[in-house]
Amino acid sequence: MNWKFADNINTDLITPGRYNLLLDFDKLKDIAFIEYRPEFRGSVQCGDYIIAGNNFGSGSSRETAVLALKACGIKAIVAKSFARIFYRNCLANGVLAIEHDCTRIACEVNLTLDIDTQTLCDNEGNESYHLHIPEIMLVSYMHGGLLELLANYGVDALNDIYSFK
Amino acid sequence: MAQTIVEKIISNNVGYQVRVGNYVLVEPDIIMAHDTTCAWALSPFKKIAKRVAVRDKIVIVFDHAYPSPNVQAANLQSEIREFAREQNIPIITDGICHQILVERYVRPGCFVLGADSHTPTSGALGAVAVGVGSSDIAIAMATGKCWIRVPQTIKINITGKRRKNIFAKDVILSIARLLKSDGANHRAIEFVGPIVEKMDVAERLTLTNMAAELGAKCAIVASDAQTEAYLNNQGRGADYSLIKSDTDAFYERVIDFDVSEMVPQVAIPHQVDTVVDVQEIAQQRIKVDQVFIGSCTNGRIEDLEVAYKILHTNKLADNIRLIITPASNAVYCEALRRGYLQSFMELGAIVTSPGCGACLGRHGGILADGEVCVATSNRNFQGRMGSAKASVYLVSPEIAAKIALTGYITDTLL
Ligand code: SF4
Repeated sequence: MNWKFADNINTDLITPGRYNLLLDFDKLKDIAFIEYRPEFRGSVQCGDYIIAGNNFGSGSSRETAVLALKACGIKAIVAKSFARIFYRNCLANGVLAIEHDCTRIACEVNLTLDIDTQTLCDNEGNESYHLHIPEIMLVSYMHGGLLELLANYGVDALNDIYSFK
Repeated sequence: MAQTIVEKIISNNVGYQVRVGNYVLVEPDIIMAHDTTCAWALSPFKKIAKRVAVRDKIVIVFDHAYPSPNVQAANLQSEIREFAREQNIPIITDGICHQILVERYVRPGCFVLGADSHTPTSGALGAVAVGVGSSDIAIAMATGKCWIRVPQTIKINITGKRRKNIFAKDVILSIARLLKSDGANHRAIEFVGPIVEKMDVAERLTLTNMAAELGAKCAIVASDAQTEAYLNNQGRGADYSLIKSDTDAFYERVIDFDVSEMVPQVAIPHQVDTVVDVQEIAQQRIKVDQVFIGSCTNGRIEDLEVAYKILHTNKLADNIRLIITPASNAVYCEALRRGYLQSFMELGAIVTSPGCGACLGRHGGILADGEVCVATSNRNFQGRMGSAKASVYLVSPEIAAKIALTGYITDTLL
């Protein structure tokens, strides 16, 4: 299913500071939207999408906000726009963040994402969205995140980022 | 080709002339992480490296929850201490990371990378200072490098005649009201104009600090006599250099911002860009439980001075908690020397040790359900300072001090 959010969802809402004092990736599942959307952590399932408005992930640079959504198995976050640091944290961790206005998609609609053709369509075949995923996001996603990429190919791979768009 | 100050600093760093939109690998002069973001940088770091590449450039500050308020925070800090010992990096514990950076490390023209969203603060000294997350700071520690995209710059030209009761905080809140919280996303902001030229570094720091609330990648003020005076004062006169944009540099947007008619501003719950004139809500007589004067936005000696002038001959409102947190030990000692702290304490205020304290609701002033707090910090997000059912209003130190005396949100003492 799809979890829908309005504009300006900040990282204090995703992983509030007071719950943030831990280093266990799996436990982050339990604090995602703990106060803002308490039903989220009980019902979110691997493969769910987040559909949001403008400026998703604004505010604090805390990486737990991205990691918590990754720990929950979110397939992709599709927002009208992302805050800069949140987007970088998605790149680092291989969380697919896609800028597109999909706010008309209903919560219960099942979606299929085709990375090759960069399309997102609902399984009833009613709507299909043509996406534009920047190369840097595609490459990092394919490798499980820039960090994973550097772990596998060595830190000099960082030099290749020059060629990304 | 004519360049903005930001393009110049990045060009100098990489050794060739960059253009807006280029992806480049910079070698930051300063790489900063704090007790929360550094904790999450440890495992990414270990994934890709054994030793840090640039030990001398790394600054680790314990400020967000220091001294630790609970076992979890203490355990995180002890893991960071172990890492710092292994890598032979000192840990700094005498103030808020951004305040420490400007007091001791940042110089005009340098490139600062910080694992904290308010890293743009350092731009008040004429530096490019960019905030990132823990993985990016781990990569920078491991390689000495960071990829960034050269940003467009928005020039904000602040003009007019400023009334005496209008502070940098009112100006930046009012800019947030206009540009909204993503108004400068991915962009650099350069603050210019006669008002900025007259501001001292303390006030400029408030502007650049809150540029982060507009989504800015960095915010900058060209270095000038004010910058030089500040650095001299810190015993760092030799770090001064002149850096400014070329007169014909290209800006994505130029905003003329006249402050002549401005009255005190307040950000109301729960967004920093929901800003109104304090007068507009004063007649509601919103009762306040806690006043917090501190943070990297407004916890400097100049801010404490403003508060002192209003507070010291008066009496706090009944049932108000006034929490005052100097931004660093240097600020604390100066306030002690000037007698401000004694005066605050005699009034019944709580003066806490330097650091982030109440600002992020981790310790030293956590709000209860339904409480109202007025703060001089930079974020009023839901749950930021404690209960998700509490409300936070952001104001200048002058307004905060007045509210500590009246007990409700107002800009007058009558
Ligand atoms: S004082 Fe507040 S805003 Fe500033 S660094 Fe600390 S937690 Fe962040």
